Amino acid sequence: MDFLNAIVAILNYVVVPATAYGAQLALGALGVTLIYGILRFSNFAHGDTMAFGTAMTILVTWGLQKLGLHFGPLPTALIALPFGIAITAALVLATDRAVYAYYRKVRAAPVILVMVSVGVMFVMNGVTRFVIGVDEIQFADGARFVISAKGFREATGLAEPLAIRTTQVLTVVLAALVVWALFWFLNKTRTGKSMRAFSDNEDLALLSGINPNHVVAVTWIIAAALATTAGVLYGLDKSFKAFNYFQLLLPIFASAIVGGLGNPLGAIAGGFIIAYSEVAVTYAWKKVATYAIPGFEAEGLMQLLSTEYKFAVSFAILIIVLLFKPTGLFKGKAV
Amino acid sequence: MSQHQPTAAKGGALRAPLFFLIMAGLIMIEGMTSGWNGALGILNMGLISAILALGVNMQWGYAGLFNTGVVGFIALGGLAPVLIAMPPTPGAFAAGGWQILIGLLIAVGSLVLTVWLNGRLKGKTRALGVIAVLVAGFFLYRAVFDPAVEAVQSINPSALGYLGGLGLPTLFAWPVGALLAAGAAWVIGKTALGLRSDYLAIATLGIGEIIVSVLRNEEWLARGVLNVNGIPRPWPVPYEIALQESPAFVERMAALGVDPVTGSTVLVKLLYTGLFVIVLALLLIAAQLALNSPWGRMMRAIRDNEISAAAMGKNVTRRHLQIFVIGSAVIGLAGAMMISLDGQMTPSSYNPLRYTFLIWVMVIVGGSGNNWGSVLGGVLIWYLWIKAEVWGPDLMSLITDQLADGAVKRHLVDSAAHMRLIVMGLVLILVLRFSPRGLLPER
Repeated sequence: MDFLNAIVAILNYVVVPATAYGAQLALGALGVTLIYGILRFSNFAHGDTMAFGTAMTILVTWGLQKLGLHFGPLPTALIALPFGIAITAALVLATDRAVYAYYRKVRAAPVILVMVSVGVMFVMNGVTRFVIGVDEIQFADGARFVISAKGFREATGLAEPLAIRTTQVLTVVLAALVVWALFWFLNKTRTGKSMRAFSDNEDLALLSGINPNHVVAVTWIIAAALATTAGVLYGLDKSFKAFNYFQLLLPIFASAIVGGLGNPLGAIAGGFIIAYSEVAVTYAWKKVATYAIPGFEAEGLMQLLSTEYKFAVSFAILIIVLLFKPTGLFKGKAV
Repeated sequence: MSQHQPTAAKGGALRAPLFFLIMAGLIMIEGMTSGWNGALGILNMGLISAILALGVNMQWGYAGLFNTGVVGFIALGGLAPVLIAMPPTPGAFAAGGWQILIGLLIAVGSLVLTVWLNGRLKGKTRALGVIAVLVAGFFLYRAVFDPAVEAVQSINPSALGYLGGLGLPTLFAWPVGALLAAGAAWVIGKTALGLRSDYLAIATLGIGEIIVSVLRNEEWLARGVLNVNGIPRPWPVPYEIALQESPAFVERMAALGVDPVTGSTVLVKLLYTGLFVIVLALLLIAAQLALNSPWGRMMRAIRDNEISAAAMGKNVTRRHLQIFVIGSAVIGLAGAMMISLDGQMTPSSYNPLRYTFLIWVMVIVGGSGNNWGSVLGGVLIWYLWIKAEVWGPDLMSLITDQLADGAVKRHLVDSAAHMRLIVMGLVLILVLRFSPRGLLPER
C-alpha cells in the first residue's frame, strides 16, 4: 500500500505537472527552432509573442463569455484560440515586413538580427502590457478536474490523492495534435518540404526555384500559431502574467538547444527533458521517500533546490550541453 | 559595426562637443525649472549609466559580443558594498559564517574535482566517476551548508539575519564589485564563447536571471528581499543631517542665501557627481588609450572579420574572453557605485528590461564602438527615460482630452507608463535600421 502511495505521489506531484509543462515548453521550443532553422537567428521576442498571442486570446475569450458562449467542460479560450493565432500571425508578418526583411536583404550577421529581435521584444512587451495590463489573469473556465483528489481517494482508498486538471489533459492532447500536424506538414506537403530544403541548404533551395518569401511567411505563421498555442496552454494551466512569459524564454531556449537548434524532434525531446528535470529537482521528495522506504524518517524536505531556482536547472542543463555537445542531443545546425 | 567604409558624420570634429553641449543644456534647463536636486539626481544616475554603457560598448562595440545578462553583472557588483562596507553582524561568523564558507568551498572543490576527473578518466569510469563526485559533493555541501545558513539567519532576523560585511571603506567595495562581475564573466565566457554568437546571448540571459534570483533568495548573503539599508557612503560624501547640524555649514549657506536643507542635499549630490566624474574620466582615458593601441586595432580586426584575424594568428576565442571579462568588470564597478549612491540593496528592483536592455539602447543610440558615444548615450537616454515617466501621462491626457470620461480613457491614461517600453523598443529598432552607427559614429 505504501509503495502504491509513493507511486501516486510521484505521479501527482512530478509526472503530471511535468508532462503538461514539458508539452508547453516543447511547443515554445518548436517555434524557436523553426525560426532558427529557416531565418537563422535566435528570436528573443518569442516569449513576448507568446504573451501577445495569449493576451489576444484572453480578450476574445472575454468577448465570447459576454455573449454567453461556452465550450461545455472545455475552456472557452479554446474557441478563442484560432482568433488569437490569426491576430498574432498578422502581427508577426507585419513585423517581418517592417523590420526583419531589410536585414535578410543586406544579409546582416545573425547577432544583429538577435539584437533587432530584442527591440521587437520590447515593443511587443509594451503592447501586451498596454492592452491587458500587468496583473495576473485567470481565464480558465469549464470543468476543473478530470480526476479530482477527493474522487480518486474515495475510489482507490489510498492516502495519497491524484488530481488531474482538465487543462493538463488538454495541454498534452492539443500539443500532440499540433506536433502531429506540424510533422505531417513538414514531411508531406510541398510547402513543408521546401521549408526543410531551405533550412538544410539555402543556396541549393533557391537554385531549385523555391520562393524564399513564401517560405519565410509560412514559417512566421507557423511560429505564431505555435507560440500562441503554447502561451494559451501555459496560461490556462497556471495563469497569465506578461512578465512570466518573458522569463519562459530561458527554459524555451534551453529546450531548443538541448535538442539541437533547428531540429524539431530535438525541440520536443528538449522540452520534456527540461520540464522533468526542473520539476524533479525542485520537488520535495520527503513524502515519497517516507512511503517508499519503510521505517525511514526524513529530516528536511529532501528538496534538491528551492523552487525559486527552477531557472537554474534549465541553465545548468544548457551549460552542460554547451560544454559537451554544443550541437545538442539530436543533431542540430552549426555550432 | 564598420563593415562598409564609413562616411563622415555631419558636423565633423564639432559633432561630439555639440551633442555634449546640448546634453549639458538639457540638464541646466532641468535644474532651472524643477530644482537642482532633481537635476543632479538625473545626472548622477546618468553618469553611472554612462559607465555601464562604456562596459557594454567594450563587449559589443570592440568585439561584437552580445551580453543579455547585464542586469546580473550589475547586481553582482552591487553585492560588493554590502559585503565590504556594512558592519559585520556580531556573532554571525561564530554561529555559522565559517561553516557557510566551508560549505561553499566543498561545492567549488567538487566542481573542480569533476572537471579534473573528466579530463583524466575515460569511457564508463569517466561517467561513473563524474556523477559520483557530483552527487557526493552536493550532499556533503548541503549537509554542511544548510544548518549554518539557518543559524546565521536566526540572529536577530528582523534587523540582521545575514553575515554582514567587513566594515571596510565603501570606496574599497567598487573594485571588489568589478572583480566579482569579472569572475562570473570568466565562467560564462569560458563555456559559451567560441560557439555560435547567439549562444553567448542565451547563456548570459540565463546567468543574469540566476544571479538576481540568488540575491533575492539567499538571506544569509544580503538579506534577500528584506533589503539591506544604510550602506555607508563613500568618502568624502557626508550625510545631510550632519551638515544641517553643523553650525559652520549653516552659516556658510546663510551667507550664500540658500536654505540649509536644500544646500546640504545639493552638496551631497555634487560630491557624488565629482566622484563619478573622476571614475568615468579614468575609465574613458584608459578605454581610449586601449582602443587606439595595437590591441584595440586587433580587437576591431577580429570583430570585422574573425576568419582573417584567425588566419593572422590571433586567438579569437581567447581575445573574446578577455574583452568579455574586462567589459563585465566595468559593469560590476558601475553596479557597486550605484548601490553606494542609493545606500540600499534592493534585489527585487533588478529588472532586466530596465538594467539590461535600456543599457543596450544607450550603447546603440550613442554609437557602438565609440567610447564618447556611450557616455553621451548613457546620460541622454537616462534623461529621456526619467522624463518619459512625466511626459507619457501628460501626453496621453492631452491626446485623450477630447474623449469622454470612462473606462477607455482611464485605461489609456493608466497604461501610459508602459509606453516607455514601446518607445525604447522603437528607438532600438529605428536606430539599428536607419542609423546603425549611432549619434557619434566610430571613426
